Amino acid sequence: MEHCEAKCGTAEQEKALEAVIEASRSTPGCLMHILQEAQGIYGYLPMPVQKKIAEGLGISLSEVYGVVTFYAQFSLKPKGKNRISVCLGTACYVKGSDKILEEVEKELGIKCGECTEDGLFSIDSCRCVGACGLAPVMMVGDEVYGKLTPDKVKGILDGYKEASK
Amino acid sequence: MTVKELDAIRAKKQQIIDVRRLVREQAEEMAKHTAYRKQVLVCGGTGCTSSHSKQVIEHLEKTLAECDIHDVLVVKTGCFGLCTLGPIMIVYPEGAFYAQMTPEHVETVVRKHLVPGGEIVKELLFQDTVHPDGSITPFAETPFYKKQMRIALRNCGVIAAEDIEEAIAAGDYAAIEKVLTSMTPDDVIKEVLDSGLRGRGGAGFPTGRKWSFAKASAGDVKYVCCNADEGDPGAFMDRSVLEGDPHCVLEAMTIAGYAIGAHQGYIYVRAEYPIAVERLKIAIKQAREYGLLGKNILGLGFDFDIDIRLGAGAFVCGEETALMTSIEGHRGEPRPRPPFPAVKGLFGKPTILNNVETWANINPIIMKGAAWYSSIGTEKSKGTKVFALGGKITNVGLVEVPMGTTLRDIIYEIGGGIPNGKAFKAAQTGGPSGGCIPADLIDTPIDFDNLVAIGSMMGSGGLIVLDEDSCMVDISKFYLEFTADESCGKCTPCRIGTRRLLDLLTKITEGKGEPEDLEKIEALAQHMKTSSLCALGQSAPNPVLSTLAKFRKEYEDHIYNHHCTAGVCKALLNYTIDKEKCIGCGMCAKNCPVSAITRTDYVAPGHKLASFEIDPAKCIKCGVCQGNCKFKAVERK
Repeated sequence: MEHCEAKCGTAEQEKALEAVIEASRSTPGCLMHILQEAQGIYGYLPMPVQKKIAEGLGISLSEVYGVVTFYAQFSLKPKGKNRISVCLGTACYVKGSDKILEEVEKELGIKCGECTEDGLFSIDSCRCVGACGLAPVMMVGDEVYGKLTPDKVKGILDGYKEASK
Repeated sequence: MTVKELDAIRAKKQQIIDVRRLVREQAEEMAKHTAYRKQVLVCGGTGCTSSHSKQVIEHLEKTLAECDIHDVLVVKTGCFGLCTLGPIMIVYPEGAFYAQMTPEHVETVVRKHLVPGGEIVKELLFQDTVHPDGSITPFAETPFYKKQMRIALRNCGVIAAEDIEEAIAAGDYAAIEKVLTSMTPDDVIKEVLDSGLRGRGGAGFPTGRKWSFAKASAGDVKYVCCNADEGDPGAFMDRSVLEGDPHCVLEAMTIAGYAIGAHQGYIYVRAEYPIAVERLKIAIKQAREYGLLGKNILGLGFDFDIDIRLGAGAFVCGEETALMTSIEGHRGEPRPRPPFPAVKGLFGKPTILNNVETWANINPIIMKGAAWYSSIGTEKSKGTKVFALGGKITNVGLVEVPMGTTLRDIIYEIGGGIPNGKAFKAAQTGGPSGGCIPADLIDTPIDFDNLVAIGSMMGSGGLIVLDEDSCMVDISKFYLEFTADESCGKCTPCRIGTRRLLDLLTKITEGKGEPEDLEKIEALAQHMKTSSLCALGQSAPNPVLSTLAKFRKEYEDHIYNHHCTAGVCKALLNYTIDKEKCIGCGMCAKNCPVSAITRTDYVAPGHKLASFEIDPAKCIKCGVCQGNCKFKAVERK
């Protein structure tokens, strides 16, 4: 990821970012939208990307950084190829989602908020994906796994490990 | 589009929609007037999509083609409400309610039921609709649906969520037609005011008053906003409306724009709701194409347009001023009020903000009138309320009931009671701003004021049922973790208060609580309530205060006896092995992650191997041993 420190990712990524800034800069309140798009391009928001956005909009870096760190959706660190998100909303919590999270952490040997060394998985917790009928749930990427028990976790993760081989 | 063209679309598809709304015999008669022998509605809401309803639809279309059936209409709708039984599929005109569908089940239904002359496959139906004598009860007559009254959810699970013509045929955009052709802005506000509609987002402020303040504010530029930042964990009412009937929100916002003199609206929606966002985008695009948004709506001279703004995961942005700050592109911190948004809101202009469910009530109020609407509900809370039933309850899902329905009816009649024979302990309403209602208050008629009187609040409509296995101290701690995490940090009482309350609760759940901690909690809670800047901090102590008032014994038990009755607080638990029951198989010791279990010398009478014991000094109380013991020899006390 070192190359990110010097410039904004690949040439295509940089071009895509510039296009987003150009298209949105005149819309009032566009910063959030640009950050969301930028995170879609890069997977996270490294400092050079934030600097570029600040310059593009003619605002200070501290303002950009302030917004990035305020919202849970924005990440300063890269995420895994498979983003695991364990729901800790109330409906899931009372049905034992904390134990699901523990199991995922144990299985991957990392803590919530971290990324595995091979970059295959990262774990986050979230507050309600709205699939309360299936509580407890976790998401891997866009896929929702519901009515979970700790013993189902390994099988699900193994499936993703297998798929990446 | 003109009014005439709108009416023509409505007429064109009216009968198709009617088939889904009429009782069986009439529906069968009506179906003969349409091009479709049968209609199959499959839920495409988040709940059912998560249980793979997409595959159900794909398989359905494939099998129909294979069987050469072309007079069956397949419709992807929004939520039917009974999320726990998803994916759900309803076949009209019979109204056959199939639950937990798999591709194999779909195949069976197509070949046995949907073919000409086919019959309902009873064994795949939602079993509440099958009478013991073999006859089929309409699903509207089952306990889950019978006591419900669907106003806000009237079109959810009835229409194709991505088809504006179905929405029009189901009644959407009839109210904007009525408003623009026959009502003045003052007429509209009076109707909403007289209906008694109160904001469904939590606080219950009268919607009509909000609108009249905004209308009275001077200025050429005003805004109408929709709060779809449903942050209360365990609540999914607004999401379901957006997924099932997005046009009703667009229409209602346009009506409000006309009433207060605004021409631009914003919908602030959670990015965590991808299906809702997608349907909204489709709906806005279609409404513009049909001339129902944009310049000169219906050719009647009124301009109004709507844009979407995505949230980025901050609970505080559900607070109105914070939401507006966020739309402006800043950190979503609340602003002091006054000035209220109706005077100085988004971009400093007069603004009204209502939540999705509030908007969903506007069309029926305009069409059926304030007198009709205000005849439903209680004296000070009119209409219905949608609740997201969750937690320890059989029928997890979405329900809409008249205000004044008792908690008992919701939990036991509609919700089907508590599963696994457990005892009801409390119902949590209002999420992180609300409180817990104990068993002795279960007959309270639910409305805005009654809930506040018994120490909770309506909130947005999350209703989480707790059974005997839930520890009330732990639940309070859970909510404080949430509010401490979500506090924006702008004002001190909230930023530090939530943290300190959480510290005190953590101390108690770890068995380190001291007698004076309860007084400290109460004093701190009062300071937070009176001095926090916004509702997040003002209401953050509510879960603690309400459980402290209703379940004080449980707190005292943790402090004085170091005991957690529900067996949740790990630090207070002790795992032991009953040496008489232990057969010495060693499964517990083998699976113990910290090697805290060793074999003893004792062989119980009738057993061949020596029993095991747990070293409490090493035990981390993970409970793995208990899960692995087939002989129920591991006890948790």
